[in-house]
Amino acid sequence: MKQYAIKRILTSVTIMWAVATIVFVAMRVVPSDPAIVVLGDHASEQALRAFREEMGLDRPLLEQYLEFITRLARGDLGRSMITNQPIAAQIWSLFPYTLNLAIGSMLIGAFLGIPLGVWAAIRKNTAIDYVSRVVALAGFSFPAFYLGVVLLLIFSIKLGWFPILHQVRTGTLFEHIYKLTLPALSLGLIQASYVTRLTRSSMLEALNEDWVRTAFAKGVRPRDVYFKHVLKNIMIPVVTAIGLYTGTILGGAILTETVINRPGLGKLLLGAIAQRDYNLIQSGLVVFAFIVVVVNLVVDLTYSLFDPRVKYE
Amino acid sequence: MSTLVGDVWTVLKQDKTALIGFFIILGLVATALFAPYISPYGYSEQHIAHAFKGPSPLFWLGTDEFGRDLLTRMIWGSRPALLVGVLSVMVSVSIGVPIGLMAGYKLGVLDRIISWFVDVALSFPSILLGLMIVILLGPGVLNVAFAIGISHVPQYVRLARGPTMSVRNLDFVRASKALGATDARIAFSHILPNIIGPIIIMGTLSIAGAIRMEASLSFLGFGVNPPTPSWGNLIRDGVDNILQSPWMALFPGLALTFSVLAFNMVGDSLRDMFDPRIMMGKEKMG
Repeated sequence: MKQYAIKRILTSVTIMWAVATIVFVAMRVVPSDPAIVVLGDHASEQALRAFREEMGLDRPLLEQYLEFITRLARGDLGRSMITNQPIAAQIWSLFPYTLNLAIGSMLIGAFLGIPLGVWAAIRKNTAIDYVSRVVALAGFSFPAFYLGVVLLLIFSIKLGWFPILHQVRTGTLFEHIYKLTLPALSLGLIQASYVTRLTRSSMLEALNEDWVRTAFAKGVRPRDVYFKHVLKNIMIPVVTAIGLYTGTILGGAILTETVINRPGLGKLLLGAIAQRDYNLIQSGLVVFAFIVVVVNLVVDLTYSLFDPRVKYE
Repeated sequence: MSTLVGDVWTVLKQDKTALIGFFIILGLVATALFAPYISPYGYSEQHIAHAFKGPSPLFWLGTDEFGRDLLTRMIWGSRPALLVGVLSVMVSVSIGVPIGLMAGYKLGVLDRIISWFVDVALSFPSILLGLMIVILLGPGVLNVAFAIGISHVPQYVRLARGPTMSVRNLDFVRASKALGATDARIAFSHILPNIIGPIIIMGTLSIAGAIRMEASLSFLGFGVNPPTPSWGNLIRDGVDNILQSPWMALFPGLALTFSVLAFNMVGDSLRDMFDPRIMMGKEKMG
């Protein structure tokens, strides 16, 4: 286990390094000159030169790259090209919003999706199964940002239950949760449909196994077979899928934060793209990818908690 | 291949969900093809006096801030959606499948390098990968199709690699190797037909994903440039004017959702057809 964990962590580190390198290269082949973008077409040659010098853009690429990587390793993300503020502080201050959104959506996805999937599988080919499959397929096809629009139209504009703007700088825990509801629902309901589909198909597969038949034959109560035996066995693919879904949730957060007008990393990154703040874009992309890598690592290493049969090589 | 088309048609006939999806797709294709003939107005034709109107006999689905007919713009919006959907899948298949075949067939160092790159690419949320490529290339339908296509390449590499690994040691592959077939010939003439099923399923589902992604990128302002209508930028206009006219966001979103749903319905049914495990499950469970 220890050896596996070390190997797995090392792989993750190389992936992070590769991600950082790819993002760095991508930002350097952008056709426009950052100095001109930031200072404008009419900036004097002197000003442009001063800006490039200050940002280190005049130095050889290899030197810039090495500095970028060593800084990154220390957790220093550099400064914004537009505001000159440290990027790490900016990301850190917005991180909780996106994190809450991601956790909220995942909880909704898991607590709706798993029971629904189990239910549909047990009642296979009945009306319940059919309805849940149609709903799951529809949810799976609903673009998250459009679901955000629909929820906003119904609950904020029509019913007035939730605010239209979701600026949540301060407030009690209750207020935070209240304002999290719509954005978390718009991502979470869609995740729930993924989880339902996956739980249903894993459950159906497991129900075909011999040990399930044995359990029924020896008179275990059906409820115990479903929830104690089978559910435990299908937790691995389901938990893995929920983990792997982090990337999609983070991607969805970019859109949802825009629709619901909620602060967060996605909005920060979009703002940076709109302003062509290359340093911020670069760091934002790297941070997004790092989060996904770390979550996948954690999911991988926690397999054994759900399934004692998993032996790491 | 002809049996494949026959198989697909058999599934469609039996499976009502797939059939409904198939007809929605047909309708969508017809709408995109005949957009100029079925649109009631021109897509940039302004009727300022009728701005922000709700659905009416004159404008069936209402108008936007310039009094442009929403139905017309939605009809035209089917074009970038389908174009990006189909083109991007062609890009991902034509790049991803050969790489996956090569990795799965050759194995060794090459396979390890390719798999590592796939792992790296998959750690980016695909919308971010798409965004990054669009930043590099600039907006526009073709660039968006290319960006989405590239961002899905890793999934096709993975898809083609797995089955290739299991097919490569089968007798018929060894036989053709003994007969002196080149690696490329073995990969494309012998292995590819054996893994085409999953690729078609994934392709159908990717069209759904690509349509959704095109709308997402256009919604964020990185996709199809206004005033050319795309469902994504129509929804964006709608969100910006959500208090005056809620239908501006509502209707294009419905068109988007139903189109994505249609491709998912067909893809889902095809998967049931091709996946022997599920098929067996069906028989066993009755």
